[in-house]
Amino acid sequence: MSGLKAQDVSIANFDGLRPLLEKKNDTIYVINFWATWCKPCVEELPFFEQLAQTKFDTPVRIILVSLDFKSQLKAKLIPFVKAHPQLPEVILLSDPDSNKWIPEVDKDWGGAIPVTLVYQGSKRKFKDDAFENFDDLMQFLQSFLKS
Amino acid sequence: MKRVLLFFGLFWAFTFLSAFTINKIEGFKVGDKAVDFKLKNIDGKMFSLKDVKDAKGYIVIFTCNHCPYAIAYEDRLIALHKKYAPQGYPVIAINPNDPNVQPADGFAEMQERAKDKKFPFVYLFDEGQKIYPQYGATRTPHVYLLDKSLNVKYIGAIDDNSEDASMVKTKYVENAIEAMKAGKEVDPSFTKAIGCSIKAVAKN
Repeated sequence: MSGLKAQDVSIANFDGLRPLLEKKNDTIYVINFWATWCKPCVEELPFFEQLAQTKFDTPVRIILVSLDFKSQLKAKLIPFVKAHPQLPEVILLSDPDSNKWIPEVDKDWGGAIPVTLVYQGSKRKFKDDAFENFDDLMQFLQSFLKS
Repeated sequence: MKRVLLFFGLFWAFTFLSAFTINKIEGFKVGDKAVDFKLKNIDGKMFSLKDVKDAKGYIVIFTCNHCPYAIAYEDRLIALHKKYAPQGYPVIAINPNDPNVQPADGFAEMQERAKDKKFPFVYLFDEGQKIYPQYGATRTPHVYLLDKSLNVKYIGAIDDNSEDASMVKTKYVENAIEAMKAGKEVDPSFTKAIGCSIKAVAKN
């Protein structure tokens, strides 16, 4: 569960991912949905890398949920992760029936990426767009960090 | 002086973009009456829905060149058109992306892609990006199935498996058309799917 060296990528369907979206502990979970081919997604990844390097009083766990096709795992995703050693934990979500699970992530999400879900216990916030910079991300997290 | 101008420029840009975003979220819902449009097809001619003779409906799909999810559906779109255009339900593909943001989605690139894939359907360019916000499209691919009076009957995905056509269990668009033909309620009339966000200057 090291957030700092993602040497490999785990693969999950939504049933496998779901427990990570409803943890009941004190940790702030930052769950970003992205893909290697998605330009605005890749552009905001450095902010999550920077977040992973930042120390907080409250534990923060960052999970980058990739929506690359499973057939592209070896050709695209693994090389990308290897080329970005600072990247937080990456999970490849391979669950084609997205109509079923998209509303479970957030009822307002239409399915375009990137999006980011932040939660701590029952408190949830959903960003239906890319972060513009690190400050933008920090501002989004502010209400969690204060509690 | 330069700085003041920049400030005002940003201010107006922000005001404009806010309005734009609100506009975009609205869009058409199932049951609404959609609008016709006049967009440039890859053959260089302007195209409107009313140009289709004897249409019983329209499979309007916002799609593009660059998005892997859109590419994964190209062959299925061709098959859909070949099956349903003769029955009065043609595929009307529209690229909503701004080529300034996504160069792979330029008009010349659209022409090239259509030629390579031998698209049997029109592939229109939403120049100035005026149509997709009216429809409320947020991603590619994103389907709006209309009846002949432009009433929206279905919004969402083509089927339930983007990556692998051979693993599809439910063909949402085909089922919706069959329901329309039979005069039945379309169910589901709305689905969600992963896709590429539409590339506008406003949205990065």
